[in-house]
Amino acid sequence: MNIPYTVEERPDTGLSNGKFGIWLFLASEVMLFGALFSTYILLRTGAAEWPHGELSVTLGAINTVILISSSVTMVMAWASLKMNDWGKHRLYLIATFVLAGVFLVNKYFEYSEHLHAGEGPWHNTFLAIYFTLTGLHGLHILGGMVVMAYFIGPGAKMWKTSPAQFTNRIEATGLYWHFVDLVWIFLFPVLYLL
Amino acid sequence: MHSDQEAVRKSVRSYMTVFAMLMVFTVITVAVSRFHFAVPVAIAIALIIAAMKGAMVAGVFMHLSHERQAIYGTLILTVLFFVVLMFIPIFTDMDHIRLNH
Repeated sequence: MNIPYTVEERPDTGLSNGKFGIWLFLASEVMLFGALFSTYILLRTGAAEWPHGELSVTLGAINTVILISSSVTMVMAWASLKMNDWGKHRLYLIATFVLAGVFLVNKYFEYSEHLHAGEGPWHNTFLAIYFTLTGLHGLHILGGMVVMAYFIGPGAKMWKTSPAQFTNRIEATGLYWHFVDLVWIFLFPVLYLL
Repeated sequence: MHSDQEAVRKSVRSYMTVFAMLMVFTVITVAVSRFHFAVPVAIAIALIIAAMKGAMVAGVFMHLSHERQAIYGTLILTVLFFVVLMFIPIFTDMDHIRLNH
């Protein structure tokens, strides 16, 4: 079966199906995270007191820098394909994958420190919403890494048979990845600083 | 194809500018939090900076500054529903059980 409009634009939307599809998916993701942000507001405004300084700002800031850097390497992975530079594309995509991994390792250290101190999600309302929000975000990081691993590995051969479609796939991956970065940009001040 | 490559080459410069600005804004966010402003002020400052960073990521990295109508339409609808979601905590606050009636 041939999937239509993978490369050429659909006349009614002016977009390839994949690109419109990923944007619709991201719209649903906004609602998913939005519901949890709304929950955070409800819990915080309803709480008699809200803990401050429970999390390591240094680790949170390092993870922010890591994710911002990974967004740049991701967009460069796509731009390299547009400029027909396969070698650089590989380098940037692998760099994005590694940065995502470093983010998760950092998160692991943060989580284990809390859990060893007996401060799991059951400990208080703040930690409950902290683990929920960052856990869901972490799963998104993991999901992104699976997709990137596919395009670093078996999915890469499409570049030889259909380079334009492969470039579109990397663009869609990038759009998802930038969204994951965008969510963290809000999570960092909300959970670590305020 | 050649002009397309030229356009991408130009965009790379804006990606690097945005990268630098995002780093600067991250430093500002952390620095401002050290001043211990009153909670409403701190929330306002942090969210304004986060919104600016988010706008840069969406506008430049996600190319939203020059996209098709279909995407803008989808996102306007999403923003509308998102705003409703953010107001739900306020709605619940207005909904009190009147025990003395």
